[in-house]
Amino acid sequence: MTKLTSRLCCLLCVLSQNVNAEEALIAVATNFFNSAKQIESSFERSTQHQVTLVSGSTGKLYAQIRHGAPFDAFLAADQERPRLLEGSPFGVRNSRFTFAIGQLALASASPEVIKADAQESLRQRPNGPFAIANPALAPYGDASRKALQSLQQWSALEGDIVLGESVGQTFAMVATGNVQLGIVALSQAMNPGHSNAVSYVRISTLLHESIRQDAVLLSHGKDNLAAREFLKFLRVEVTQAFLLDSGYGVE
Amino acid sequence: MSASNGKKLTIRSRIDYADFSLDIDNELQLKGVTGLFGPSGGGKSTLLRVIAGLNQNAGGQVSFAETDWQKESLFVPAHKRQVGYVFQDARLFEHLSVAGNLRFALDRSGPGEKNNSFDDVVDALDLHSLLNRGVAKLSGGERQRVAIARTMLSQPELLLLDEPLAALDADRKREIYPTIAALPDRFGVPIIFVSHAVDEMAQLTESVVVLEAGRIVAEASTEKILSRDSLRGSIQAFEAMSVLDVTVVEQLESLHLVRVDHRGQSLAIPSHAGVQNGAALRLLVRAGDVVLATEKPQGLSVRNILSGTITSIDPNPNSAFAVVSVDVDGAVINAQITNQAVQALNLQSGKNVYVLLKAASFDRPGA
Amino acid sequence: MPDLAPLWLSLALAGVTTVVLLILGTPLAWWLAHTSSRIRPVIEAVTALPLVLPPTVLGFYFLIILGPGTTIGNFWVQVTGDALTFSFSGLVVASVVYSLPFMVQPLQSAFESMGRAPLEAAATLRASPLDAFFSVAVPLSRHGFVTAAVLTFAHTIGEFGVVLMVGGNIPGKTRVISIAIYEHVETLNYAAAHWLSAVLLVFAFTVLFLVYALKRRLAIRVG
Repeated sequence: MTKLTSRLCCLLCVLSQNVNAEEALIAVATNFFNSAKQIESSFERSTQHQVTLVSGSTGKLYAQIRHGAPFDAFLAADQERPRLLEGSPFGVRNSRFTFAIGQLALASASPEVIKADAQESLRQRPNGPFAIANPALAPYGDASRKALQSLQQWSALEGDIVLGESVGQTFAMVATGNVQLGIVALSQAMNPGHSNAVSYVRISTLLHESIRQDAVLLSHGKDNLAAREFLKFLRVEVTQAFLLDSGYGVE
Repeated sequence: MSASNGKKLTIRSRIDYADFSLDIDNELQLKGVTGLFGPSGGGKSTLLRVIAGLNQNAGGQVSFAETDWQKESLFVPAHKRQVGYVFQDARLFEHLSVAGNLRFALDRSGPGEKNNSFDDVVDALDLHSLLNRGVAKLSGGERQRVAIARTMLSQPELLLLDEPLAALDADRKREIYPTIAALPDRFGVPIIFVSHAVDEMAQLTESVVVLEAGRIVAEASTEKILSRDSLRGSIQAFEAMSVLDVTVVEQLESLHLVRVDHRGQSLAIPSHAGVQNGAALRLLVRAGDVVLATEKPQGLSVRNILSGTITSIDPNPNSAFAVVSVDVDGAVINAQITNQAVQALNLQSGKNVYVLLKAASFDRPGA
Repeated sequence: MPDLAPLWLSLALAGVTTVVLLILGTPLAWWLAHTSSRIRPVIEAVTALPLVLPPTVLGFYFLIILGPGTTIGNFWVQVTGDALTFSFSGLVVASVVYSLPFMVQPLQSAFESMGRAPLEAAATLRASPLDAFFSVAVPLSRHGFVTAAVLTFAHTIGEFGVVLMVGGNIPGKTRVISIAIYEHVETLNYAAAHWLSAVLLVFAFTVLFLVYALKRRLAIRVG
């Protein structure tokens, strides 16, 4: 956090030329909400714009946008929904880009369950349920399944799998100790607010297709300077450094 | 007691239900208390509801004292008819006190001078001690008195009482009879009193309308109806009765009896507290309690012997009994005796007989 | 101490919804209790439908029905200048439908158990139908009204799926307390979630306790 602020100082001069302060309503996939809030406060300190973040699942936010929700930009948990919006009257063409790449971690509330690497931890896993996000609903769930398949563990685990509706729910199952072991987002496991809650080990991004999270400018925010600047802010060096520190990959 | 100064109620209405239809086309002269009598399920309550305007599906005509309540496309809703209705179950408003129930009616009785004042009505129904009570804890008799008072305070021009005494025991009924009987004179409102109890009819009403299977089958003075003279067997619902209007002439205190005069002949009946010489009483005699003799009997326990002339003999072919009507100084007394006795005594119309009364019930001072 | 704005928003929403439903639900319950119409079971079934559909699905259909492109949504925009979805008004509309059975069913059964008898008595005492309704039916059905209002209020406070869909979780406008708690949980901000949940539970318990205590006293005093 302090690293982020110090790096921001030199950015202030670049961005403070915005004289017209505006407000924007940004829809953010829940899994990115905590990171987005930190980026938001940096953004508001370095510009005069105001940004209000609204969290929700990517699917719900998408449905709301298609039915007239007054959001100016959309930070999704996948690429699919921003792509659909970009090709519809609700999104602004050519405004879509990948702002973060999600990574997975094998996590547990009991430190002894987590071994030197994921493969080892899985091989010696305790009996009982194993949590992942629902592959049908959450991109993290789909990637979790692919990773387990690549590690040749899927068939051994399949009968023990419990599904969280979202990666947030999956994390709750693991962090509360209700499930001994599960796959969560690396960003959750690394979150300084929860670092005590779980032990974790990264799962290599080579084991699954990358979880690309795309952002798109929405028609409602087409002329909204705050929304446009916020999307730009996601790609500046200081934000990218922050995202890397938070457990995301960047392009 | 002539019908000429009564108020006219015209009803022409036909309502069909699955298993019953009400079909009325009558003009009734209402004065004092008119009984609406008949077996259960005969349509008595249905008819009252039509009169009150509670049955909105009923077509036809209902007019009372020159005012049309319904006729062709006209339908005056219940709350605009000047008719009071006392229900069998009282229907007091549970969220209000006794006084609250009474004021509910008074407050809605329209502008202008109140014919029936709050104090008068409370007085007439003896409700002073109940005014501040909640209605939930009232006894059955108290509830009905409150219901009647409440209805009177809505200043009705016609009062409908739908078996208001059905839930009361005999003693409570006897207490409330005089109160109801006095209402028409005290407040100038005719009453239609529904009952299927013969004793209530006899004690309260001056005339009776008999309703059977949805039709009015008879309409006459109470005396005539109960003596069955005008019915000719069309009603099987009750035993033949006779009504004797008598006057108290002497107190036989040591014997706990009073001597009464019936059109010149004398009878002795059990004494009741507070009966004064000169008081008019109505006696109800069941036909089964009447014995006939062709000669004046001697040495019998029965003390009440009247002489009269047989006017008709009505044998019931399905039973051992016949009803013999005897004219006693212009009043009719019915006796139920066996067909065998009719033959053995060679009874026939015009024959002089002695009427022996074993028992007589008597209750209210006559109207 | 977390931001309490969602709590006040929830209270406002539940209060407005309860008042609107008292006004709309009472005549409906009255009609259902007294009609002999053949379409009564149809209307009863429709009234109970909000109990069947999952709230988020119901919310999704509200989005479709109330959106600015629809007749209803367009009418609302014409009249008020604002879209119905993603606004407080939209939440009220959705909550009214969602909580409808909680208002109508207790009222209907109260009216049915009261029956026509007291109303007929009132009519023969010169009370017009409207007069009889307010002076007889309402006081005699007061328990039904209290129950209906409490259930509607509580149900609306706890409402989540519909509001999340129709309202869009906009702070200060449509982020009610249930959504705020959910968001805290989903974003792993458990401390804030616990706080808000505790505030909500204590508040709800206090309100429900007071109402039931009052209801009991009411019964004793009048009965």
